[in-house]
Amino acid sequence: MIRVEALSKEYLSGGRPLAVLKDITLEIPTGELAAIVGPSGSGKTTLLGLLAGLDRPTRGRVIVDGTDLTTLSEDGLAAFRAERVGFVFQSFHLIPTLTARENVEVPLELRGEEAGSRADELLARVGLQGREHHYPAQLSGGEQQRVALARAFSNRPRILFADEPTGNLDQATGQRVVEILLELNRELGTTTVLVTHDLELARLTRRIIRLADGAVVGDTLAGAAAG
Amino acid sequence: MNSFTFVRQLAWRESRAAGRRLLLLTTAISIGVGALVAIESFTDNLTVALEGQSRALLGGDLALSTRTEPTPGFRLVLDSLTRAAGADPATDLAEVTSFAGMAYVPRTAGTRLVRVSALQGDYPFYGKVITDPEGAWGRLAEGRVTLVDPAFLTSLGAAVGDTMALGESRFVIAGTVASFPGDVGVRAAFGPRVFIPARYLEETGLLGFGSRAEYDWFLRVPASLDTKPFADTWRPSVGAQQGRLKTAVEEEEDLRQFLDQLGRYLGLVALIALLLGGIGVGSAVQVFIKRKRDTIAVLRCLGATSGQVFAAYLLQAAAMGFLGSLAGVFLGLLLQLAMPRVFGAFLPLDVSVEPSIQAILTGLGVGVWVALVFALLPLLAVRRVPPLAVLRRDVEEGARRRADGWIWAARLVLALSVVGMAMLQVGDALKGLAFSAGVGAALLVLWLAALGLIRSLRRWFPHRLPYVLRQGLANLYRPANQTVAVVLALGFGAFLLGALAVMQHNLLRQLQLDGGLGRPNLVFFDIQPDQKDDVLAEIRTAGLEAQPAVPIVPMRLAAINGIRVKEMLADTMKRPVRDGERVEGWALRREYRSTYRDTSVGSEKLVVGDWWRAGAGGAPGPAPLSLEVGIASDLAVTIRDTLTWDIQGVEIASVVANLREVYWAWFEPNFFAVVPEGPLADAPQSFVVLTRVDDAAVMGSLQRAIVERHPNVTSIDLTSIQQSVEKIVASVALAIRFMAFFSLATGVVVLIGALATSRYQRVREAALLKTLGATRRQVVRIMVTEYAALGVLAAIVATGLASLGGWALMKYTFEVPFTVPWLGFGILALVLVALPVTTGLWTSLDLFRRSPLAVLREE
Ligand SMILES: Nc1ncnc2c1ncn2[C@@H]1O[C@H](COP(=O)(O)OP(=O)(O)OP(=O)(O)O)[C@@H](O)[C@H]1O
Ligand SMILES: [Mg+2]
Repeated sequence: MIRVEALSKEYLSGGRPLAVLKDITLEIPTGELAAIVGPSGSGKTTLLGLLAGLDRPTRGRVIVDGTDLTTLSEDGLAAFRAERVGFVFQSFHLIPTLTARENVEVPLELRGEEAGSRADELLARVGLQGREHHYPAQLSGGEQQRVALARAFSNRPRILFADEPTGNLDQATGQRVVEILLELNRELGTTTVLVTHDLELARLTRRIIRLADGAVVGDTLAGAAAG
Repeated sequence: MNSFTFVRQLAWRESRAAGRRLLLLTTAISIGVGALVAIESFTDNLTVALEGQSRALLGGDLALSTRTEPTPGFRLVLDSLTRAAGADPATDLAEVTSFAGMAYVPRTAGTRLVRVSALQGDYPFYGKVITDPEGAWGRLAEGRVTLVDPAFLTSLGAAVGDTMALGESRFVIAGTVASFPGDVGVRAAFGPRVFIPARYLEETGLLGFGSRAEYDWFLRVPASLDTKPFADTWRPSVGAQQGRLKTAVEEEEDLRQFLDQLGRYLGLVALIALLLGGIGVGSAVQVFIKRKRDTIAVLRCLGATSGQVFAAYLLQAAAMGFLGSLAGVFLGLLLQLAMPRVFGAFLPLDVSVEPSIQAILTGLGVGVWVALVFALLPLLAVRRVPPLAVLRRDVEEGARRRADGWIWAARLVLALSVVGMAMLQVGDALKGLAFSAGVGAALLVLWLAALGLIRSLRRWFPHRLPYVLRQGLANLYRPANQTVAVVLALGFGAFLLGALAVMQHNLLRQLQLDGGLGRPNLVFFDIQPDQKDDVLAEIRTAGLEAQPAVPIVPMRLAAINGIRVKEMLADTMKRPVRDGERVEGWALRREYRSTYRDTSVGSEKLVVGDWWRAGAGGAPGPAPLSLEVGIASDLAVTIRDTLTWDIQGVEIASVVANLREVYWAWFEPNFFAVVPEGPLADAPQSFVVLTRVDDAAVMGSLQRAIVERHPNVTSIDLTSIQQSVEKIVASVALAIRFMAFFSLATGVVVLIGALATSRYQRVREAALLKTLGATRRQVVRIMVTEYAALGVLAAIVATGLASLGGWALMKYTFEVPFTVPWLGFGILALVLVALPVTTGLWTSLDLFRRSPLAVLREE
């Protein structure tokens, strides 16, 4: 379970503090499928970064499964991510010097685990069998994002964060990526937090959190949740 | 807005953002420019210092010298020459006799091998001798006094006022000589100099039979005499008396030529550093342009022509080259201060350090040009960025397109520039071409080796390694990597240093005496026949083993196969022919210090013929003769040829019985000519005795005992000679290393530049890895692996090539066995690995300060 308590984030902008997130409190139960939506600049990426421990809040706390992220050291946060978190980014962020399969293996290897057949399984799962040994540059955008998805799930994360995973993809490809994402969420019971502009996509989720100007302006449970 | 203004503004605005990074990469040429400026300024200073100093360097306007005791004939020629020159023999002629001898200070009981100069006349006529106390030089004329090198006093613990024994004579030490005109620093390693008045030379009894001395005369002539043509007319008659004639004017010309050569060759080293810097610039520009693809595509979309964009970046390169060169000029002016220290020991001049305008301008010009020609080739890629790239930024560039005319032109300009600069530097077209070819070949081999290593790493990638190691290694061939450039730039400097280490190691090993089990390390020379037994007894009393005394008989050639040497010297057509050429005069004229024995020794090997039976010397007819192969070929003789020798007026005939190859080890008595025992038993001769002393105290007391009983006997402690030689080699090596250092330093700058240019990529990747859960330690280990691998690559390539080159040099040039200098290589490899690791981690420091989110946002 993710608990956010009175979370604020300010950036220094031109010497003056600029409040990007203002006193946000919310709870995301284990296994939840939630979407964060809102206009550009409303603080979605910032919130996601704080939930994943990629950045530190100005005030407030983020508690994941009982652990207060704000008390962890830099390496403690890294261990936390290696242990429990998966990521998908709008612009894929694959390591260009590694093949598709090696990219998928990275999170496991960082934990010192034998990657073995799991990478192949996952790649097959996202429909990329036969492309294991291709470098990112040899894959299309949609294919790269599917590799990124396989990578996100390789360490069996308890939580998956996705920042506009379909933003750089055409609609059909985006659709396919989302389907895989939802399937995996369902099968593995992964808590999933999705940032998106795409209301079509948001509608597929169980819960929609609306941000505007750094504050939560709406939090609705959708009846049409998939699953 | 006209086109050029646009280009200029674009260049300026573009450099605002990337300025620091670009500047860093152009500093790659700074070191080369610095070396160039320092060297050119230094040689300029030297040439200025030389101006008008030549007479002081020589000690007079004219100098005569000979290595054999002057005959009455020689004196006659000297006398008429002096008069013809218009000089007064009483005041304008000085005589200096130089030889090695044992000096002994009774008060401190210290002995020391010294270089004695016995002076008569007002020598030196020009230049100033600086003594301590001041004015002590004049006291040489007063009586039994001596002036010595300061090193003499320190090594014997003696002081001014002490008495010094030299042979049978005693001298009061009146002062030390701090500076003598024309003296070269390194010579001091062969023993301190001691000046005595020639009046007492006879009295010392040191110039007995068999001892070697050098005789010099110095002349002061009226200014009206044109010495050069004068010397030319007199040279034949001086030569006929086995003497040499030199003039101050010619000395100056020779020295000027030497300095010119020195400057040119040192300049080549600077050129190498510059070229390596150029490679660094080229490589960095290539990466820079790749990263600028987006910007360029946008500019093209907005209507800039490819020519304009190209010109803007070229202008930028020129401006940065200028700044880099400017930094180099300042560096050079600083370096110039160090030059006299490094090279001073080899030069007979005191140099004042002054910046040379010409050197500065050359440095600036050459620096900018190198930056431009090396940037040109990668910059041409700018023209190929299509405006469409804006829309397809993720698409990697496709297969390499064929080189067009422009690229070929750029390559040609680059090649011509390199060859041209080398030619200008060497001052000789052919040598310049050879130099460029040599450097080109070395770089090519380094490049191929680096590329080969990377390719094989990729091909046989160690998949079983832990992830962090694998990721680090994979980074070596990441897109836009600069692995080859860094390995090349670091490797070349390391290769030069490595080759130096190989040579020093292998050549010095030849001199190692301690290792040679029981090899003699103390030699006594000039032992007269009646002293021989006593010297041997003295050695045995000291508890040491003395090898049998080796007789030395000085002989000269009188005839070869019946033809008199005199006739051969007068008429070249009478000389024997060897490989289509007549035998040279020196081989016929020289003194052969020979020996007699009935057995062959370990340091020689028979190649033709057999050794004679013991007692062969007693048989009637010509004696059998053993010749060294080299001298036999110089004399164009072989076995069964007849050589007649003149031994102090007595002639002895011999027939070549065999030819030997000689291993000329240091200071072991080896000979060109050996005859059997018997015929020379009564000839005038002296003896050499060798022994091995391991105890330093015994070494001192034995030398002292012998010098007290037989002052004319010279002893040489080979261990100290070896140390002197090592000292000289070390100072030569220092000078070379100083130059090789420029290449390595350039390599480091290229390394820093390369790491800084690819920093952006690294920072992003590290942030990504941290997002995926990598700890700081893992990130650091990935980097360390990559940088260490770079260093290891450079080390393998450099030491491999240095070994190969060193091996060939040892085998074919020096003909000595080759071993790898493991210690030197080990240190070199450590440095090569430590360098990239430390600079790499240093340039990535702020990577740990930024949050991953901030980095990933930067799209
Ligand atoms: N390092 C920073 N310094 C100053 N301001 C920042 C910084 N990072 C983000 N901001 C500001 O914080 C606000 C929220 O940014 P954030 O990226 O979270 O928005 P977003 O909702 O993800 O927008 P989008 O939909 O466009 O991705 C923006 O106004 C942005 O300018
Ligand atoms: Mg965002």
